Amino acid sequence: MPVEVLLEMIPEEAIRVGVSAPDWRAALLACGEVMVNAGIVDPPYIDQMIATVEELGPYIVIAPGIALAHAKPSPAVRRPGFSIIVLDSPVYFGHPENDPVRLIIGLASPDPHSHIQALAAIAEMLSDDSCRAALFDATTPLDVRRVLRSFSERGSCA
Amino acid sequence: MKILAVCGMGLGSGLLLRMQVEKALQRLGMHADVTVADIGVARAMAQTADLIVTTRELAEHLQGVKPKVITISNFVDLEEMVRKLKEALQET
Repeated sequence: MPVEVLLEMIPEEAIRVGVSAPDWRAALLACGEVMVNAGIVDPPYIDQMIATVEELGPYIVIAPGIALAHAKPSPAVRRPGFSIIVLDSPVYFGHPENDPVRLIIGLASPDPHSHIQALAAIAEMLSDDSCRAALFDATTPLDVRRVLRSFSERGSCA
Repeated sequence: MKILAVCGMGLGSGLLLRMQVEKALQRLGMHADVTVADIGVARAMAQTADLIVTTRELAEHLQGVKPKVITISNFVDLEEMVRKLKEALQET
């Protein structure tokens, strides 16, 4: 997918680094707040993301240190989009293998399809060791955007 | 061969699982239909599946289903998927 399209789905207002959160709920709240600020979702979506973990457990922790926060498509979703939150210190979701979590990707889609290509691109990026490390090391939202651009253009962040 | 990728909502991790299963199958030179199911419909859909791929937490909701269930902990680690899929397919 063209990098401009990907970056449009992860707007700068939806990226925050150095976020401090005492626990996973506060981390998901921060993740949801930036999605609200970026016009991706309305506030009820934040509670829906938290409820997903309360109901189904910490399965959203998809890899060591990384959570993919989301809820179902709902009227609270305005457009397909993502947020990226890097925590200054990690939080525990209760996942047996992948805790603690420092990187949270927030996902929202108004339907089951609109986000698939971008999600695939993000997953590819997270599979790359150099890009994953660069995300964890990001100190500004611009750093995160650079990682996205670098992966889209070169397939690597080395 | 039908593989069911089961996640909570059918929106996030299930799609990642399907992508990884498809990449792993390609690596193994095998073909299968890979479908995403959320946990609410997974038990019914399991009736016609040969293999289920999911997470450890969600596997607990699927106890007693007919097909073999494999659990993945790192969704961006293709090696884990290839290894577990290969083992499971050798047994089925």
